[in-house]
Amino acid sequence: MSRPGFVLDVDERTPPLIMHQGEGFRLERLPLGSKVIYPPDSLPGIRDVDAAIRHALLHPHGTEPLPELLTPGMRLTIVFDDLSLPLPPMQTPDVRQRIIEQVLEMAAAKGVDDVELIAANALHRRMTPAELRRTVGDRVFHAFFPEHLKNHDAEDRDNLLHMGKTRHGEDVEINRRAAESDLIVYVNITLTAMSGGAKSVSVGLASYRSLKHHHNVHTLRHSNSFNDPPNSAMHHSYERMKGLIDEHVKVFTIETTLNNDTFPSSMGFLNKREWEWNVRDQASYLAVKRANELMPKKTRRRIWQSTAAPYGVTGVHAGLQSEVHPLTLNNVHRQQLTEVNGQSDIAIWGLPYICPYNVNSVMNPILVMSLGLGYFFNLYKNKPIVRQGGVAIFYHPVPNEFHPVHHPSYIDFFEEILTESTDPVLLETKYEEQFATDPWYIQLYRNSYAYHGVHPFYMWYWGAHAMQHLGDVIFVGGNRKTTQRMGFRAASTLGDALEMAKDTVGSSPSIAYHHAPPLALADVR
Amino acid sequence: MILALEYHRSPGRFVAARGLTSTRVGSRLSGMVAGNVAPLRLVNRQAPELPGEGWTRVTPILTGICGSDLSLLTGHSSPYLSPMTSMPFVPGHEIVGRTMDELPGIPKGSRVVIDPVLSCAVRGMEPCRWCASGQQSRCDHITAGRISAGIQTGTCGDTGGGWSRQLVAHASQLHVVPEDLPDERAVLAEPLACAIHSVRRVPIGPNSTAVVVGAGTVGLLTLLALRELTQVGAIYVIAKHGHQKDKAKALGATAVIEPRKAVRALRRVTTARMHTPEMGADFLLGGVDTVFECTGGASGLDTSLRLARAGGTVVMSGMPSGGVDLTPLWFRELELVGAYCSGSDGADFADALRLAGSAPLDGYVGTTYPLARWREALNHAADSGRLGTVKVAFDLAR
Repeated sequence: MSRPGFVLDVDERTPPLIMHQGEGFRLERLPLGSKVIYPPDSLPGIRDVDAAIRHALLHPHGTEPLPELLTPGMRLTIVFDDLSLPLPPMQTPDVRQRIIEQVLEMAAAKGVDDVELIAANALHRRMTPAELRRTVGDRVFHAFFPEHLKNHDAEDRDNLLHMGKTRHGEDVEINRRAAESDLIVYVNITLTAMSGGAKSVSVGLASYRSLKHHHNVHTLRHSNSFNDPPNSAMHHSYERMKGLIDEHVKVFTIETTLNNDTFPSSMGFLNKREWEWNVRDQASYLAVKRANELMPKKTRRRIWQSTAAPYGVTGVHAGLQSEVHPLTLNNVHRQQLTEVNGQSDIAIWGLPYICPYNVNSVMNPILVMSLGLGYFFNLYKNKPIVRQGGVAIFYHPVPNEFHPVHHPSYIDFFEEILTESTDPVLLETKYEEQFATDPWYIQLYRNSYAYHGVHPFYMWYWGAHAMQHLGDVIFVGGNRKTTQRMGFRAASTLGDALEMAKDTVGSSPSIAYHHAPPLALADVR
Repeated sequence: MILALEYHRSPGRFVAARGLTSTRVGSRLSGMVAGNVAPLRLVNRQAPELPGEGWTRVTPILTGICGSDLSLLTGHSSPYLSPMTSMPFVPGHEIVGRTMDELPGIPKGSRVVIDPVLSCAVRGMEPCRWCASGQQSRCDHITAGRISAGIQTGTCGDTGGGWSRQLVAHASQLHVVPEDLPDERAVLAEPLACAIHSVRRVPIGPNSTAVVVGAGTVGLLTLLALRELTQVGAIYVIAKHGHQKDKAKALGATAVIEPRKAVRALRRVTTARMHTPEMGADFLLGGVDTVFECTGGASGLDTSLRLARAGGTVVMSGMPSGGVDLTPLWFRELELVGAYCSGSDGADFADALRLAGSAPLDGYVGTTYPLARWREALNHAADSGRLGTVKVAFDLAR
């Protein structure tokens, strides 16, 4: 039985705590009385994942077993989550591979020949052949790539279908092949409560025309939080779009959830609570930290990026999305939900080396911002961890680095647009359309491995709710120029950051440290 | 006898100055090299004699230090120009001064600016085809006639130059300065006339796009001329220093861009496509209609060629130095246009004097030096961008 999540009150006996800081980490001693939010212990993984998948496919929720939905001559499209999930990437075989192989076996047994596989990358960069191969496995890759295993192309006008508008006037435009299929099988990994469900098809296969209806400042400011779907305007929009999609095409969803075994055994101490470290964990910490600091930057990045998590699969549910997703969310909550009493004046987060958009890439300043003020700030239900007007303190070096192939529009966004303003509404109004329709960005998105031109705007909007909520944002160890460009402040130490925060929250603030990763979803009462 | 800065023949010093300033570190020491290594010396020499009728002696009040002067002193001017100079000579061609002799229509003591081109009329020759058509800057006779070779005042051994207490000038070179125009603005008339000439060298379509590469004196005045005399649409200025950005904005630049961001920024505003070659800088497919190269440096010209759209135009306003990859010129079928001094039979100078009076040019002549402090002056001029100055000038009255 795994122990539930809990909140630690820092006292004299509390050891220094792990703080992620980009491609590194440190031990930090927090002020007495600080609260530390820990996730539940990692849940045990399913022993026989293949059997669980088979069981889910044969005993789905709210629909017939998958084999009964498969008929000779039908058009079958298997869609799967792209490389933005899970984080870090999981050790192979990827659970998507295991599912896709079983689905294909069932399709073959039923004489289904017209099968296409599509990565649901929306406006994310295309997955490289190697990344696709890692996700779907050698057997599927060799059988289907490149003709029948593709990335979704949100700018391929001929292969998009406008299905209509929701009652709120939202355009629903998705991949034509999928939309005109007899059956979509969607293979999902739900790492956080925001993923999966109605989001899968309506976002993963959509175009800018469709995405702009929920990926905007207004919607994100009314998604409190986007990890709490009932209170997320963004998810309400997904649901409306899903309703329209369901009228056109049948979707058979397979959703999976993972436990909190985020780091491999060599860095197992990062998965554990600090006071439970044994001698081996302490030695590992010292050795890994020292080696990490001594390594050349490129080598260090390569090693972090090649880290694969030994996740256990905690749930496999298949069938009708509306019946499957509540079960999936329940699994996510079992693994991540921690009850927290009250908000704090200051919240602290240590930002790790990876986010959904820098897999095999560089975490540029905009992505740091979206990871901190977007993903981590929004890891709450009910109320934010930090009170209105409070201060967020993040640990990250925020280097002024960009991947020129993956993030070309981010460079322009950072260098030109943010120098004019950091106001999300102003940027959205003045520049979003320009970036979204820029032919060069579109060319790079379609033919190279670039995120879509509009993507940095979405990342900026991702932090819009936090920016509106917080009184100050401070990055410990952050590059002063880059943090300043984004409208934030940098401090050398936690002590300095707390001193700087005094202007906003006074001299005796309450402090909460949201200890992640592994991820914890704070249920703030 | 007059006090003058004299440039004399010294191949050794020329090569040494060139060598020292050719490296990255050395280029930062240009001012020091110009003042200490270049074949320039402060001397007492005979005042230049009047070559004949229609000439006057001129006492300079202020004389600017031009980028082309610095280029000469750091050994970066092209040897191509050597047959068209006569040594030793006194540099300085951006001059506001007072006449010392009576001339028809120009009484003694008039405050004048000088068009430095030493064309047929100056040399007492029958007009060549260019002078006959009012394009004196293209004169074919600049090595002939009653004065020795020299493309302009400041490179001719007989006329003297502005970096002295006295020179001689022909009536056809003189433009009387309006009374209400301060000396600090009048001294900008010559570079402004050149800028106007460069803008008039090419057709600028209504609402077309232009880039000005460099925001020193030439770049800023080219921007002014573009905004005031053409119907150009957006003008983007590539500027290195903060004060240049403010000045360019005040003169009507649409946007001011740092050099390292130029290609990306212009790609975005022109919705062009950017490509990165295996060697060399990024370039655009698409781009701007007209680029004015106002740095005189090879990298400025290289950037210009990479920013112009296919069929677009690159105007070389700065005196060129160094070689560049001309492949874009060939591949994008660009027009490469030279712009030297002023033209239009004096109209450029007249417009320059008018604009010098009305444009927001206060503070452009930031610092003046007496001749005796010439090394400091050259040091300052070579580093003027970083020091927040547009134009450094000699104050010959001190």
